[in-house]
Amino acid sequence: MSTITTKPLDITAPAAHEPGNFLTHSSGFLSWALTLDHKRIGLMYLTGVMSSFLLGGILALMIRVHLFQPAGTFLSPQQYNQVFTLHGAVMVFLFIIPSIPAALGNFLLPVMLGAKDVAFPRLNLCSFYLWVGGAIFFLVALLVTGLDTGWTFYTPYSLESKGPVVLATLGVFILGFSSIFTGLNFIVTINTMRPPGMTWFRMPLFLWATYSTAIIQVLATPVLGITVLLLTAERVLGIGIFDPKLNGDPVTFQHFFWFYSHPAVYIMILPAMGIISELMSVHSHKGIFGYRLIAYSSVAIALFGFLVWGHHMFTSGMANVTTIVFSALTFSVSIPSAIKVFNWLGTMYQGTVVLTAPMLYALAFIFLFTIGGLTGLPLGALSTDRHLHDTYFVVAHFHYVMMGGTLVAFLGGIFHWWPKMVGKMYNEFFGQVSATIVFLGFNLTFLPQFVLGTRGMPRRYASYLPEFEHLHQMSTYGAFLLGAGLLVAGLVLLHSAIYGRKAPTNPWGGATLEWVCSSPPPHDNFAKPPVVGDPYDFRGIEYDPKIGGYVRRPFEDKGGHH
Amino acid sequence: MFLFADKPATFWFPEQASTFAKEVDWFYMAMLYISLFFFVLIVAAMVYSMIAFRGRPGYKGSVEALHNNWLEFWWTFIPCVIAVWIFARGVYGYLDQMTIPVDTNDVEVRAQKWAWSFTYPGGVTTNELHLVVDKPAKMIMRSDDVLHALFIPVFRVKSDIVPGRYTNMWFEPTLEGKYDLFCAEYCGDKHSVMHADVYVESQKTYDAWLAKEMLPPSDPWEWGKKQYEKSKGCIACHSIDGKKVVGPSFLDSWGKDVELATGGTVKFDENYLRESVLNPQAKARKGFETAALMPSYQGRLKEEEISALIEFMKNVKNNPNKKE
Repeated sequence: MSTITTKPLDITAPAAHEPGNFLTHSSGFLSWALTLDHKRIGLMYLTGVMSSFLLGGILALMIRVHLFQPAGTFLSPQQYNQVFTLHGAVMVFLFIIPSIPAALGNFLLPVMLGAKDVAFPRLNLCSFYLWVGGAIFFLVALLVTGLDTGWTFYTPYSLESKGPVVLATLGVFILGFSSIFTGLNFIVTINTMRPPGMTWFRMPLFLWATYSTAIIQVLATPVLGITVLLLTAERVLGIGIFDPKLNGDPVTFQHFFWFYSHPAVYIMILPAMGIISELMSVHSHKGIFGYRLIAYSSVAIALFGFLVWGHHMFTSGMANVTTIVFSALTFSVSIPSAIKVFNWLGTMYQGTVVLTAPMLYALAFIFLFTIGGLTGLPLGALSTDRHLHDTYFVVAHFHYVMMGGTLVAFLGGIFHWWPKMVGKMYNEFFGQVSATIVFLGFNLTFLPQFVLGTRGMPRRYASYLPEFEHLHQMSTYGAFLLGAGLLVAGLVLLHSAIYGRKAPTNPWGGATLEWVCSSPPPHDNFAKPPVVGDPYDFRGIEYDPKIGGYVRRPFEDKGGHH
Repeated sequence: MFLFADKPATFWFPEQASTFAKEVDWFYMAMLYISLFFFVLIVAAMVYSMIAFRGRPGYKGSVEALHNNWLEFWWTFIPCVIAVWIFARGVYGYLDQMTIPVDTNDVEVRAQKWAWSFTYPGGVTTNELHLVVDKPAKMIMRSDDVLHALFIPVFRVKSDIVPGRYTNMWFEPTLEGKYDLFCAEYCGDKHSVMHADVYVESQKTYDAWLAKEMLPPSDPWEWGKKQYEKSKGCIACHSIDGKKVVGPSFLDSWGKDVELATGGTVKFDENYLRESVLNPQAKARKGFETAALMPSYQGRLKEEEISALIEFMKNVKNNPNKKE
């Protein structure tokens, strides 16, 4: 990339007059409810997914309180089954899948591209209302009659369970369309609306990650739609597909289900990796190490992610050859993830590392995601998986990846872009406190679960043998510490929205385009498409104490950047 | 490999009670140490950068992105090699676990919501798994209703049981003792208590146990109780202390008129019991509207066994044949 011909944008001159921002652009309920502004839609998504997260989190605490004693404490086994089903379903379908792409992605994607909006603003609003509608439908179905199939809806249990499986799956179907529309919108936007100068390899890595995610959303989600339709057809019309009583095959359902739900794991983690790439680079004030390899590895993960669904079924009685092939493919997907971790470390090296709250979250991500990734090895290896499958080891593993990974990255991303989104600075000290408590609480919650798993504690148990009690109790204490950390994080952000000092245009010293817009951005983001250079060119970006933020000063171009 | 010394029970694992356990534990520990090595390396690099390159007055780090082909090649190549080794070693152990030897002791395993039953040569059926030490055993497993999974942690084995087909698994117990068997695939309300005891014993003890089980108890009430508690597993859903579990309790119901889901009543007598065991949905009790969860025992109960059950049902508390 030594052939940059365009000078990086001159951002030293602020806008001549305050034109107002997207928050003050218009007012009234309808100006939000019918808005086509991607930023407002992003904020509405943020409100929605955070509400879902609160609900899922309360359910998680209920689970942990119940498991404080071997016989269970306050739930009947039936209620426990409903609570863990609801926890899983809410967290997966209403929180993690839409969290980063729909909330942060919607807000950031056009701004990072230097565009006024996404390609199809109406479709964007439509996908938000599909999400709201699907979420309400799903929650009502689950709450009213108590679904107890687990979030996986495994047949034939889900076919004979008394719960409202058809309604719940219909909710998933609607949510799926929301996801597809968002993905479609992002693909078209990135393909067609990049500004002059932004070649594919000058895109911020968050956009590479979002783009890879969008591909999975568009290609995999329809399979989930088909699966739940088949399930509905079987339950309502009695067509034998998955039910052995009707000559169906229950394992077929698992293939269908995981063909979506495994790539969905990458819908959850890829955007998180995108966030981490931005955070590591900006808060180390240094260009990203191995840009191309990170970009390629996002695409590689998206593609490999389609081929490894069988590792959820190693004990389901698939043919040996099939099982072995899936194991091999599973290991292939571990490599690009490892590469990313090394590249992030390389980014910090010789930079100027500032331990802001977002950076602490990013570092916590690397720590937790590394554990999550490494504990995937004994699950991908066939002989050990036969012991560990469906035990707490798996529960701990995917919480390390999904929660220690995606959620922590999401929080880091929110802290990082919060000044941009609401135009206010949060309290840095308490932001750092929240990151520290979340990190400690998370490990206390889930490290003991690895040991529970290797010692043979099966998952989805409402009661358990006395020898597992101490580890379960540690985990419960950890869950409350974790909850406290998240509460602090929430309070810090809410407090800042009201009392925070005004955010400068570029509080962290970022080089991507969202740091060129004022905080918060104006309604149209950019008056005309900006001319862009390298998103990780930090030369000349310096702190200006007068405005409390960073500006780019003219610098001597010695050439040979990269 | 003294690092991975074989201890009967370690921090990570329960006892090693099958021939598979050694390989699984060794392999797990090997992966653990490899992982720890890389984890420590990663965290050390992270902490080093956090300290050495921390933003502080008078320090300005480089802004130029680094790029190092040599480094990037090696940190891609080395993980690849390790991944290939882990994959291969996993397959090696797995194929051992999947290759069933010819000369095995066979046990028929039947999983239903929410009980296990094990049938031995000669037709003995109980809710306990009895195995002979140092003798390969094959489980021929089927499910009456939904997915279950048989999981014996001390043997390090687990296999799903899929309704509509037989699934086989094998293992060779190596350590005498009493162990736990769990259901590891979520199967509904009482999934967490779908547990069975596993007894690994010497050939002699096993033979004696089997011979004893073969003889029907001379006392029909005792025989009925044994069926209720062990061999037919009624206890999983029906209490005898009046508590509603899944199905109705058997306390004090004999001879009474019980209310039906369809309205009306029926006298709880020999014929009603017989019908309800063989065709549970025919006359479902009120409060248990469809009795959908109760499997039919048609073909699983001999006439004498039903008679014994009737003896037991007449008085679930005390054996009337036993003189105090």
